Amino acid sequence: MHSKGLVPLAWASAVTLTVAFALVFFYAPLDADQGFVQKIFYVHVPMAIVALGGFVAGGIMAIMHLRSGDRSWDMRSYVAIHLSIILGFGVLATGAIWARASWGHWWVWDEPVLVSFLVVVLLYCVYYPLRFSIEDPDRQARYSSVFAIAAGAFVPLNFIAVRLAEAYTHPRVLSQTGGSLPGEMRLTFLVALLGMTLLFVTLWKLELTAKNASMQLKKLRTRARVAA
Amino acid sequence: MPALPLDEAGKYVAGAYVVFVALILVYVAIIGAKIARIGREIGELAAEDDE
Repeated sequence: MHSKGLVPLAWASAVTLTVAFALVFFYAPLDADQGFVQKIFYVHVPMAIVALGGFVAGGIMAIMHLRSGDRSWDMRSYVAIHLSIILGFGVLATGAIWARASWGHWWVWDEPVLVSFLVVVLLYCVYYPLRFSIEDPDRQARYSSVFAIAAGAFVPLNFIAVRLAEAYTHPRVLSQTGGSLPGEMRLTFLVALLGMTLLFVTLWKLELTAKNASMQLKKLRTRARVAA
Repeated sequence: MPALPLDEAGKYVAGAYVVFVALILVYVAIIGAKIARIGREIGELAAEDDE
């Protein structure tokens, strides 16, 4: 029942993430300012980047659905958004832990990066009631795609707006000048980002496999009922 | 705020990584259980069809 390429992809994700975590704890130097607590960065930031990328990918898949009328693109978009929301909650949780350790507070309301990420996650939480309140499958797919495109376009706009904001309590990782990460930290971060991306693709394929199998089962049941 | 000592910082770092691992494990367990159930039901339907 596994989709093609899922097992090698799962292995690649597991190996890359294991290497990334080994680099985090045995290779990357301690941050001069934050010390050991900065190790949270290597799980928190890649997860945030992949979650936001997943939202945008969901929007692109929704465009493919509206262009082609093929409902499998809507399913791909739904799974990408669903996974990104789960990762989004992971980002909020790890971010809160990091904030408590380095700023002394679980949450800082006047920090644009934190609040804007929360706004993005809450915006996507609306996707579920919108999607599942529509019974007709074609309308459900069409309306969900429109939402996914609009919200997907909001994600980069939100990112740019936050960059232009003046308060900079939250550290900048990637910038036009190359950011402030030294070589070992940058390598570790990039491996963690690759591992997180592979994990996202693996889980996306896994959930799509489950969705496709579920649809196959529904069809078989209908056929069995008709035959009986 | 000054950097936390290692013993105190360790709790937070462990917490963050445990959150990540737990999130992924729970997700994989739920999807895995769902796939297993669907596979079982497809098998049952196929067996009924053979009869």
